[in-house]
Amino acid sequence: MQEPAITVAKQARAINPIASLQLWWKRRILPGFGLTLGFTLVYLSLIVLIPLSATFLKASGLGWEAFFRAVSSPRVIASYQVSFGISLLAAAINALFGIVVAWVLVRYRFPGKRILDAMVDLPFALPTAVAGISLATIYGPNGWFGQPILALTGIKIAYTQLGILVALVFVGLPFVVRTLQPVLEDLDLEFEEAAASLGASRQQTIIRVVGPELFPALVTGFALSFARAVGEYGSVVFIAGNMPMKTEIIPLLIITKLEQYDYRGATAIAVVMLIISFLLLLAINALQRWSNAGRIR
Amino acid sequence: MIAERPRPPKGRSAVREPIAVRIALITVAIGFLGIFVLVPLLAVFCEALKKGLGVYFASFNDLAAIAAIELTLLVAAIAVPLNLVFGVAAAWAIAKFDFPGKSLLVTLIDLPFAVSPVVAGLIYVLIFGAQGWLGPFLQEHDIKIIFAVPGIVLATIFVTFPFVARELTPLMQAQGSEEEQVALSLGASGWQTFLRVTLPNVRWGLIYGVILCNARAMGEFGAVSVVSGHIRGLTNTIPLHVEILYNEYNFVAAFAVASLLAVLALITLLIKTLVEWQASAQSAFREPQTNP
Repeated sequence: MQEPAITVAKQARAINPIASLQLWWKRRILPGFGLTLGFTLVYLSLIVLIPLSATFLKASGLGWEAFFRAVSSPRVIASYQVSFGISLLAAAINALFGIVVAWVLVRYRFPGKRILDAMVDLPFALPTAVAGISLATIYGPNGWFGQPILALTGIKIAYTQLGILVALVFVGLPFVVRTLQPVLEDLDLEFEEAAASLGASRQQTIIRVVGPELFPALVTGFALSFARAVGEYGSVVFIAGNMPMKTEIIPLLIITKLEQYDYRGATAIAVVMLIISFLLLLAINALQRWSNAGRIR
Repeated sequence: MIAERPRPPKGRSAVREPIAVRIALITVAIGFLGIFVLVPLLAVFCEALKKGLGVYFASFNDLAAIAAIELTLLVAAIAVPLNLVFGVAAAWAIAKFDFPGKSLLVTLIDLPFAVSPVVAGLIYVLIFGAQGWLGPFLQEHDIKIIFAVPGIVLATIFVTFPFVARELTPLMQAQGSEEEQVALSLGASGWQTFLRVTLPNVRWGLIYGVILCNARAMGEFGAVSVVSGHIRGLTNTIPLHVEILYNEYNFVAAFAVASLLAVLALITLLIKTLVEWQASAQSAFREPQTNP
């Protein structure tokens, strides 16, 4: 991703940050550094950093005991379980099918491949509310899938936890495919040929040679998919049924608290979610560095 | 044994799965994407056209729908250019210069992606709402931000914040800054260099970033839902209007209005595909075998 020159500069900076900074400041050739960085920092602070810090300040005003009570009531705990449990499951399903989709898109040729490739991005582009009403209709008791599944198996999908799962699989679908694809494209066939020429079966080659190469990207994609699923609101709210303790996700609970003018409760839950999001973001950054390091090798 | 075997025309049979496995995997991939992506997309248009074209078009002949479309266009017209300017500035600073804290800055720019849309809306309610930090001050001066258009714009800016910067930064990094240095040494001003050298080099990525930012801005639901107050004809964007229609069991109208956003999504994907072809054609021309 990065140029060698930048990497070298980075290494130099790691050795002596201040001296290398002075060196660079004297040597910089292109104009506009102060203007663009200044604008970036001001805009970032106004839109993102100050509002986020204000939320943490607001929550700290609650005091520990009130905060703890707000985030540990049975209804809130139940919504954590629903959100995290189903998001994990959805990310796992996406990881499993994401491997297949990425593999097929990179390694095989077949008619309609381009369209299939473009379809992967649709959950990024389709507004969540549109996906939400569409999934709720398809999997509803009279829907294209909902009706036959109900008739054949007696299982209801819409307005149950299964409905939430369907919606979260939809929103997280592109992440695993899109993180695996570039890694698979970079993977030289020579390694697999070498394994095969040394007598490995195709199965052994996939598990022992290809598998370890893909693993960091797979975990990254899984984490991205999970992070997206935990915060998702629009596509879930129509299909979930929104029953407290059963099918109530965390974002919905925040909105419910707001509508009841329980700003403290909403803030406390939001802060828990923010902390989890930050931790996930840090983990994903570390994972991406891990998988990039693997690719350079 | 392996060495003596004559190679098949493609020469890759040792690193290929048996034909049955290949067909099975392709079927699984098509089935998975078909069920989870294609069917929901088709359902939007089928439900919208269920009662014929007349009813479909009648759905747009409604004051609340028109107001929602106008508000969505207004919000996108404010949010997208602001994030475009920010994205270009951030990409320039990050890609062309090296400075301490750069990787932290990149992470911070990604923050809005990690935050749930609902929380994104909430943080502005906590600042500008009646109970918020600036609530009393705003009330005194009769300024409405929450449950009004400025709040919707702010929430939309937050949610679509990283798109342009994210598309442009890796592109500008990959381009390096040699061409700009040449332009400057030949006497071009900073602005000329940017407009004539940098911008043409990254234009496809820029277009895609803006289109994606626009699609998200027009389709954002969770964050806008928190700050809008759902006042019909005043603070309803297209997605919020879809929600209201759907909850009133007015399914045909809900899907008809939703189909506008679905078409927008399809156009976004189409432009993305075109941009990718353009980019791969360009990189194939410049130097063969580069990774995007």
